[in-house]
Amino acid sequence: MKKLLITALSALVLSVSGLTVAVAAGGGIELAEANIDAKNKASLQRGARLYANYCLGCHGLKYQRYNRMADDLGMDDALVAENLMFTTNKVAETMDIAMPEREAQKWFGQTPPDLSLIAREKGIDYIYTYLTTFYVDESKETGVNNLAFPNASMPWVMWKLEGWKKPIYEDVEDHGHTVHKLVGYEQLTEGEMSPEEFKAAMLDLTNFLHYVGEPIKQTRIALGLKVLAYLLLLFVLSIFLKREFWKDVH
Amino acid sequence: MAIVPNPHGTTGFLGWIDDRFPLTKMWRDHVAEYYAPKNFNFWYFFGSLAMLVLVNQLVTGIFLTMHYKPSALEAFGSVEYIMRDVPWGWLIRYMHSTGASAFFVVVYLHMFRGLLYGSYRKPRELVWIFGMMIFLALMAEAFMGYVLPWGNMSYWGAQVIISLFGAIPGVGPDLVQWIRGDYLISDATLNRFFALHVIAVPLVLVGLVVAHLMALHEVGSNNPDGVDIKKNKDENGIPKDGIPFHPYYTVKDIMGVVGFAMIFCAVLFFAPEMGGYFLEPPNFTPANALVTPPHIAPVWYFTPFYSVLRAITYPLFGIDAKFWGVIGMGGSVVIIAFLPWLDRSPVKSIRYRGWIYKLALALFVVAFVILGVMGFKEANALNTKIAQVCSVVYFAFFLLMPWYTKIDKTKPVPERVTMDH
Repeated sequence: MKKLLITALSALVLSVSGLTVAVAAGGGIELAEANIDAKNKASLQRGARLYANYCLGCHGLKYQRYNRMADDLGMDDALVAENLMFTTNKVAETMDIAMPEREAQKWFGQTPPDLSLIAREKGIDYIYTYLTTFYVDESKETGVNNLAFPNASMPWVMWKLEGWKKPIYEDVEDHGHTVHKLVGYEQLTEGEMSPEEFKAAMLDLTNFLHYVGEPIKQTRIALGLKVLAYLLLLFVLSIFLKREFWKDVH
Repeated sequence: MAIVPNPHGTTGFLGWIDDRFPLTKMWRDHVAEYYAPKNFNFWYFFGSLAMLVLVNQLVTGIFLTMHYKPSALEAFGSVEYIMRDVPWGWLIRYMHSTGASAFFVVVYLHMFRGLLYGSYRKPRELVWIFGMMIFLALMAEAFMGYVLPWGNMSYWGAQVIISLFGAIPGVGPDLVQWIRGDYLISDATLNRFFALHVIAVPLVLVGLVVAHLMALHEVGSNNPDGVDIKKNKDENGIPKDGIPFHPYYTVKDIMGVVGFAMIFCAVLFFAPEMGGYFLEPPNFTPANALVTPPHIAPVWYFTPFYSVLRAITYPLFGIDAKFWGVIGMGGSVVIIAFLPWLDRSPVKSIRYRGWIYKLALALFVVAFVILGVMGFKEANALNTKIAQVCSVVYFAFFLLMPWYTKIDKTKPVPERVTMDH
């Protein structure tokens, strides 16, 4: 009986561990790991500032309220109103874009997607990789292309910060096949930030989008610890209660 | 036999009620003097846990409907509104979404218990059949609930599942349109699924749970030894191996409930998406009829049956393979209901069965799990072959049961239940 259970359970564990859910990945390049620190409020604030200045023109966060962000990220409402709010003067409003959706469709061919839930849909590694793999591509209307999302229609809005770069490929032997492998970038023009500074900034931005995906996340985890501690205590008590009642059952 | 009002002769206020309503009688019949075998083990927690999860789904579901908007334009946003702006809305929503998966976890384990100890055998055939009807209602409930957040996976999942009805020869296409209420999955579909999910199916579910329990209490619970405890009664007519459900099993079930709550809360608070298995990444983007998710798979609890559907790739009698897949999928669920008549073993419990049944059950479990895994994967040649082999094992477990349970060497069943410590 026990053996049977163990066999069944180990079969279960084995087959589940061999599983991976296919997450919508990009254009086939390996995603870089986004080592964000979701509790680092300074990083989140820097991310929010980058978002408001470079992204919010086109990409709304229609489920995120300014004052909620101020609260969660440890910012002052007045400070947010003064520095980060460009489309509204009401701090309880959601972070919408000024551009009407229908007009946006006319101008860009499609409405730039709302990014409230992008971190939960695509994952933070995808966002970070996307933000760090824009490169010069003269064949494109926008003059840039992206490795994580090939043929993305987005112009590279942060070129001033990053400068322009070009990928360097090398043909590498891998298991008898020749693989066209990305080995690095050639910096064509300098940006306001060094490549390292820029990567750190993109981590901040990724961190911010991760926060926007589920603003309650840190509270949820903190509360979960308390709930589990309480349940553990209750579990011990319930075991003693059961033992007490079952003393006379033989 | 006429109904005797107040058979226990209570007096005072309680007596006044008991003269008019069987309050004390019901309490004693179903709780305080319902004698359950004293040797229930770990596997006997899952019935009460299924009840707990049902209540969780009903209560959290009621609160969700207070802010959810069943319209194609507003549904997705209203769920995010619940997650962000409704006080504690995130907790209620996660309790409901985690509860859906938890429901299937406990129900599968509850059903597996039946397979271990022959709980479906005479005289508990109706308990089993009501249970199977609950399982069917639960599947319908879960499927329609999954559509409500109106994410892209909701949409395409509904598209795939509803289109299955189109495989039925003749009426198929009209039937699909009738179910959708439109030419494609749309607001009309969402709205009717909402109606069915929040009132029609839950009503049926609760009714079936009552019937399941009434049938159980009429014949009494089975136990890990498969011994009939009613054969050995003391001078008061109480089974010698029975103990009153209250307080013994109420305190024991409290322990089970808290243990379960720990696992449930660990998922809810630390991994509500469960790595993409409970809440799938493509469902964080709104339904879009023009963009198909790169990989459409049903939620984990449907994947074993979905695998059976995909495993059938041969047309037969001039009818498309898809139709036979649908028949196979339906058959793989319905066949479980016939267990009471397929099992011909002289003993109920696996403890006294021979190696053949033990092997058959082990193979069945392995096949079921592999089918579940295959349901997530791409249906390439190899995966289809694996799913086909497992489907054969799955059906063989049932269809060959009348023979292998008969020839299986059994051990003598004791007179009284045994306590394992």
